[in-house]
Amino acid sequence: MTQQDWPLYEVFVRGKRGLNHVHVGSLHAADDQMALTHARDLYTRRNEGVSIWVVLSEHIAASTRDEKDPFFAPSADKVYRHPTFYDIPDDVPHI
Amino acid sequence: MTTTDSTPAPQGLQEHFDATIARDQRIEPRDWMPDGYRKTLVRQIAQHAHSEIIGMQPEGEWITRAPSLRRKAILFAKVQDEAGHGLYLYSAAETLGVDRADLTEKLIEGRQKYSSIFNYPTLSFADVGVIGWFVDGAAICNQVPLCRSSYGPYARAMVRICKEESFHQRQGYELLLTMMRGTDAQREMVQDAVDRWWWPSLMMFGPPDDASPNSAQSMAWKIKRHSNDELRRRFVDMTVPQAEKLGVTLPDPDLRWNEESGHHDFGTPDWDELMRVIKGDGPLNTERIERRRAAHDEGAWVREAATAHAAKRNKRVQEGTAA
Repeated sequence: MTQQDWPLYEVFVRGKRGLNHVHVGSLHAADDQMALTHARDLYTRRNEGVSIWVVLSEHIAASTRDEKDPFFAPSADKVYRHPTFYDIPDDVPHI
Repeated sequence: MTTTDSTPAPQGLQEHFDATIARDQRIEPRDWMPDGYRKTLVRQIAQHAHSEIIGMQPEGEWITRAPSLRRKAILFAKVQDEAGHGLYLYSAAETLGVDRADLTEKLIEGRQKYSSIFNYPTLSFADVGVIGWFVDGAAICNQVPLCRSSYGPYARAMVRICKEESFHQRQGYELLLTMMRGTDAQREMVQDAVDRWWWPSLMMFGPPDDASPNSAQSMAWKIKRHSNDELRRRFVDMTVPQAEKLGVTLPDPDLRWNEESGHHDFGTPDWDELMRVIKGDGPLNTERIERRRAAHDEGAWVREAATAHAAKRNKRVQEGTAA
């Protein structure tokens, strides 16, 4: 039996209160608890985090492999979703 | 997330890759990339990871012999960082579709390389200081530009590593400053360590540009941002004033400031020696790999026990749910 039997986990760290968890890398561990302790030792040796998530890499569903993919096309052609689409006279305050 | 797809380039993908590189944007794991790009990255990142892991040995040998609790704690933290750096890099390599257990196998079978510098012995405690100052200093020169490397996971690993290398370099220099304020014997130890480590440190930047066949392609792909000679010169320029402050002599009679070029001129490292050490004939090549193999083999029972424990717990959870 080798380390190949240990599954791959992705690690997410919350840097401080008020921030989202951010993906920081991956590691191998035998189970969730070991993944958490390894993640602490590996990714937060200098107070980089106040909270850690680990998730089996195989449980992540991801969008298709290339940014060119039309998957994201619906967000590109709706300029009216952005505040800058609307002309407001300069002398209208607070808008 | 990893992908092992190596589909031939359908129309447009090569162009898309080239345009991404040209725009100075990052390539990410799930993007299409040329096989050569992937192979170059795997080789470079694996070699880099192995260097960090083997790099634990020369200094690790001094943990039990460090002269104070303070130095012992610092050295412990530093060697632990080297392990961490190796793991960040193995993690980056895995996004290219390789397995880190495989990489470890390749290292202990001698099929993948690590930095030649770690094949030299650490003979006195001053070596610990000089390694921090020279070897980690050279690593910083090499690695800061890699933070902008075109492969996203590699660049991000380098950002984390560079933040930590600064501690490594400063603890080494401070250690040497302390020894230089000590006795004549301590000052001699420092000078002796400097004499032994200077040339191997310059060799860390690799062969000269005209003998570095892969450099041009790596720079075109923006994996690498500066040539070996350029980085070597930067390291010399950075280190000379530090040596003056410390009060040691760098063992190179040709080393002098060149007003015209705005850089230091310096002698040529013994490239035959570098080739010998790379090919396996350095002072400690065999010992370093043997040690790594022994650590791996002796740790096997821990890996097996953890796997068995996880399996037992999973089974209990499943039975509990079923009941």
